[in-house]
Amino acid sequence: MLEDKDRIFQNLYGDNGIDIESSKLRGDWVDTKEICLKGKNWIIDEIKSSELRGRGGAGFPTGLKWSFAPKEISKPHYLVINADESEPGTCKDRDILRFEPQKLIEGCLIASYAVGAHKCYIYIRGEYYNEGENLQKSIDEAYEKKLIGKNACDTGWDLDVYIHYGAGAYICGEETALLESIEGNKGQPRLKPPFPALVGLYGCPTIVNNVETIAVVPTILRRGAKWFTSLGNPKNTGTKIFCISGNVNRPCNVEEEMGVTLKELIEKHAGGVIGGWENLKAVIPGGSSMPMLPKETCDTIKMDFDSLIQQKSGLGTAGIIVINKDQDIIACMARIARFYKHESCGQCTPCREGSGWMWRILERMKNNEASREEIEMLEEVTKQIEGHTICAFGEGSSWPVQGLLRHFKKEIIKRNNFNPLVNTNKNIPYLVDQHLLDKENA
Amino acid sequence: MSIKKISKQQPEKFEFNDINLKTSKRIISKYPEGKQQSAVMSLLYLAQNQNQNWIPLAAMKYIAKLLNMPYIKVYEVATFYSMYNLSPVGKYFYQVCTTTPCMLRGAYKLVEACKEKISKNENEISEDGNCSWVEVECLGACVNAPMIQINENYYEDLSKEKLIKIINETKNGKQPKPGSYKGRFNSAPEKERTTLNNLKNA
Repeated sequence: MLEDKDRIFQNLYGDNGIDIESSKLRGDWVDTKEICLKGKNWIIDEIKSSELRGRGGAGFPTGLKWSFAPKEISKPHYLVINADESEPGTCKDRDILRFEPQKLIEGCLIASYAVGAHKCYIYIRGEYYNEGENLQKSIDEAYEKKLIGKNACDTGWDLDVYIHYGAGAYICGEETALLESIEGNKGQPRLKPPFPALVGLYGCPTIVNNVETIAVVPTILRRGAKWFTSLGNPKNTGTKIFCISGNVNRPCNVEEEMGVTLKELIEKHAGGVIGGWENLKAVIPGGSSMPMLPKETCDTIKMDFDSLIQQKSGLGTAGIIVINKDQDIIACMARIARFYKHESCGQCTPCREGSGWMWRILERMKNNEASREEIEMLEEVTKQIEGHTICAFGEGSSWPVQGLLRHFKKEIIKRNNFNPLVNTNKNIPYLVDQHLLDKENA
Repeated sequence: MSIKKISKQQPEKFEFNDINLKTSKRIISKYPEGKQQSAVMSLLYLAQNQNQNWIPLAAMKYIAKLLNMPYIKVYEVATFYSMYNLSPVGKYFYQVCTTTPCMLRGAYKLVEACKEKISKNENEISEDGNCSWVEVECLGACVNAPMIQINENYYEDLSKEKLIKIINETKNGKQPKPGSYKGRFNSAPEKERTTLNNLKNA
């Protein structure tokens, strides 16, 4: 288990103050100037060798992303922080905004310096209004102490940090949709390439990072990439905030080492599954977009990017949703499908229509009203959505359904064994869908 | 994409009051020159706050003029995002999260409480005119499930009985205390915690 001294977010639960003085006691804003004066290349190389991977879901190497920013500055560069945390099961960024705002602001300064940005926008979801107001106070305080603003922290770098509020659209967590939203449009993702690192906000080079990614940067640079890589496994280094919700005795957020076992997280930190470990049915390991894991896998699985990919799932945002045997697993997935139906931005047809189809089929399956063929049909729909959309929302909405079909197909078949009339009474002429019987016409 | 009803009864005129006009200028100044359109979301939110928690069409026209952008683009934004109310809601606007993590911990019991105590259907203002409720998607406080949002505040770790108490308070015009209703400390585990023990009160 990770020791307390190696935890980056010492104030995760809000025990202590969030003002600059208290934050300095936790190590924030100490030697920021010295770190910046080591130069852009040093910062990017150090982050590269720390093998920090983005904490927003995709797990893209952060140092590599930063190195995509053009070296010669012909247009203004922007840094955008993604605090549009809407993935069901995830609530880590909220705690960083509430209790560790100075880590985020310091990270903004270092990252902006490294990628050559003078302006930084923090995109906070509209529902986090109080969190946003708190962050604004912290930003004002940092301006007052000259930690950001003109000649920030005495480094000679100018940086302005602004908050932009969202207004309740899950899709704005996708980086190009987020940029559209900042520009004052509907949040509909852009086609890539060009990637935001070259053509982003207002057509200028833009680096988009998650809150947690940026907030861990100052600590990594201060304690060194070696320390960070000593935690976790190769390629999956460092610590991560896990959010454990659902059917556990004591749901909580906890910062742990990457590669910690799922069982330890649930049993030790979250007080165990309600009804005991044997009562576990399935776990969604990384926010609702990731396929679920059945109990057999949960017994041994390690929580990091690569181990979960091997199990055909993913770490995502590390929002762990625990489902026990008292729940109807199909109902749980039907509700997730409803979420995706509601949040699809409507730009690409496979996703806009398909997310609704998946929801309706799953609702019927929940009520034991689906026919046998519909199980195959549902699988086909997920395949038709996946990979046929502009952004990753298509995968996000179809993967959880595929996960359900992969692990609980037997249960679905047992409950939905209804054989439509058209199959049994083949020769009744008044059945409207007679023509479906003829394979040639299908 | 959310389906939204636009109110049939619309005020003829809308203008920002002095404070909001000043705030809107400050918001516009956050963005580079010529990119004032970026402020549209924040201004819509201001308009919503000024107009009893909903946005009339007149406000969209007003904002379009203020930001020098086509009215239809403001309309597009206002109908796309789910937090903008385009028809009147209660003074206390209850948003009940029912996405899976909350559902697993009994969010539909909270919906029952709202149905019994506020109004039979979503988006209907209660008889006393004080409250209305709506089912929403994940509000991002999953470890404190089930939870609701009333106007700007989060109410966490609820149960049906506790929500009924809250509803009664708002019906009497009182502002209930936000936060956890289990007496637990933010997102730390209940009772004994397993991490950050020695740093407590450091």
